[in-house]
Amino acid sequence: MLKIDGLRVNYGGIEAVKGITFQVPERQIVTLIGANGAGKSTTLRTIAGLVKPSAGRIRLQAEDITGMSPDRIVSKGITLVPEGRRVFPDLTVLENLKIGAYLRKDSLEDDLEWVYSLFPRLKERSWQAAGTLSGGEQQMLAVGRALMSRPKLMMMDEPSLGLAPLVVKDIFSIIKKVNEQGVTILLIEQNANMALHIADTAYVLETGRITLTGTGEELLNNEAVKKAYLG
Amino acid sequence: MISEKKSKRGVFLALVCVCVLLALTIVLENTLDPIKNTILFTVLKKGAVYALVACSMNLLNGFTGLFSLGQAGFMLLGAYTYAILTIPVDQKAAVYYLFGGSAVGFSLPDLFGGADSPVGLILGVVLALILGGVVAAGVAWLIGLPVLRLKSDYLAIATLGFAEIIRAVFQWEKLGPVTNGANALKNFPTFTSFNVKDASGAVVLRLSTFVAFLIAAICIAVILLLINSSYGRAFKAIREDEVAAEAMGINLAKHKRLSFCISSFFAGVGGGMFAMFANQAQAKTFTTAMTYEILLIVVIGGIGSISGSCIASFLYVAASEWWLRFLDSETQLTSIFGFQLAKPFKVPLLRNGFRMVVFSIIIMIVVLFFRRGLMGDKELPDLLRKRRTAKKKGGGDRG
Repeated sequence: MLKIDGLRVNYGGIEAVKGITFQVPERQIVTLIGANGAGKSTTLRTIAGLVKPSAGRIRLQAEDITGMSPDRIVSKGITLVPEGRRVFPDLTVLENLKIGAYLRKDSLEDDLEWVYSLFPRLKERSWQAAGTLSGGEQQMLAVGRALMSRPKLMMMDEPSLGLAPLVVKDIFSIIKKVNEQGVTILLIEQNANMALHIADTAYVLETGRITLTGTGEELLNNEAVKKAYLG
Repeated sequence: MISEKKSKRGVFLALVCVCVLLALTIVLENTLDPIKNTILFTVLKKGAVYALVACSMNLLNGFTGLFSLGQAGFMLLGAYTYAILTIPVDQKAAVYYLFGGSAVGFSLPDLFGGADSPVGLILGVVLALILGGVVAAGVAWLIGLPVLRLKSDYLAIATLGFAEIIRAVFQWEKLGPVTNGANALKNFPTFTSFNVKDASGAVVLRLSTFVAFLIAAICIAVILLLINSSYGRAFKAIREDEVAAEAMGINLAKHKRLSFCISSFFAGVGGGMFAMFANQAQAKTFTTAMTYEILLIVVIGGIGSISGSCIASFLYVAASEWWLRFLDSETQLTSIFGFQLAKPFKVPLLRNGFRMVVFSIIIMIVVLFFRRGLMGDKELPDLLRKRRTAKKKGGGDRG
């Protein structure tokens, strides 16, 4: 579905991504794992159009989307759940969700129902300012907000960051559920254990290069990965 | 949904309130003695003008998070456009006597049958106000191209500089045939032109305050509708978190420019209204101090609250023009609470300029005790709703 070909990105004066090539097949959960500064976030931000690549191609279902503006990329069906959740704190939960659907002109009722059925907690808090939610609830809101654009591909940047282990489990089970309903997922995580357990395909990124590829299970049992990321 | 019904009721209530308010201005103006109460109506008219400009500034500063200080500049553009387009043709020679007549050979009210006929007056004034807004918005679009790349303080400085430049340009002698140089433009239709007169020229129905309120109310209603639309949500998203907003597919440059132009449009209309209020348009009145006055109103009312801006503008104008006036005049007391004094007592401190001292202190107190302004980022209906739900649930809930 998504094909990345020889992608190079300069970010803050250094080459953060040094020519990576990978694919995200339709309806799969794909994960990129790697240490801090491996270039994971930069890769996602580049696909979302927030950062421009210096070389390489990004293709979505055979259409070249390299260098498009973020709003056009969102309208093509790629959405990003940014790192650290970044909900709009002074807006209500409902307003946050509606902003997720900003580029859509059709009726939102069905999708609101869908998101609320995935996250019943959000329905209860629909009139509350997003800043007053707990960390876990904010992450749910960030996912719900991204889903409101009815994406084909949802990219998630460190969804487990700063959350209690139980909440992380919840979030991952929701990711799986969303995926089962037909949304392709590209996930980056430092919590490699969790990510590899739900991933169909996984890539290991080290200082801007992909060093290992396999199914989630293969990488879970890989000695090098165990040593470096699973402890 | 229940909550939607509730908000619809809120809109209905607000509409009723506005209509009552408008009716009240007509009643007040026609029952109270216009000469004894001049100050009341001056405050009401200026308050309405400032409310509109404060709301336009709030749209940009409070809702989109762009800190701009160019409001007086856009008001100036609106005021001059309005004045230049509405000075009756037969008055031009008198107004532009230094420059031997105006370069603009027509007048909008005259095109529709003259400022003395109701049609000519209403159409001409409305059209001129709208054009004033359009000119301001057009200039905003142009300067927005480079300036909106800046953020926070830098944007404020750039827009402040723009307002100063505009003021200097409009006083330029070479532009005299259009702008009348540094002299005032006058003799155009004002709020008082809307008073209905009978054949002998006596006023039968006073509508000047009503007209000021009506124009301001319509413009503020449009701003409110915009804020509650999906565009408004996008503006708020940009204010809260630019990166997240961009990731949600909101085109930052486009929406910032949109907000800037709309805000300037209404500042331009407000400028035209200010000219109507002041009976003249002169570049030197649109100083940075005026922008600060409006900024103060926005801050006191609450950044991000339209009703706050409206309430604060009336309070501010009333306090600065009316309630504190007595502080500026030296007073000799001959009696206190009925007791006759042996010799007249001169009240200390009361002298020219003391009003501003007291006023500054009051503002400091307000800012200290209402950190987020009188209304915070809430609107009047929000407060009512909160009280109602609190009552229902026995209080203590965040609603």
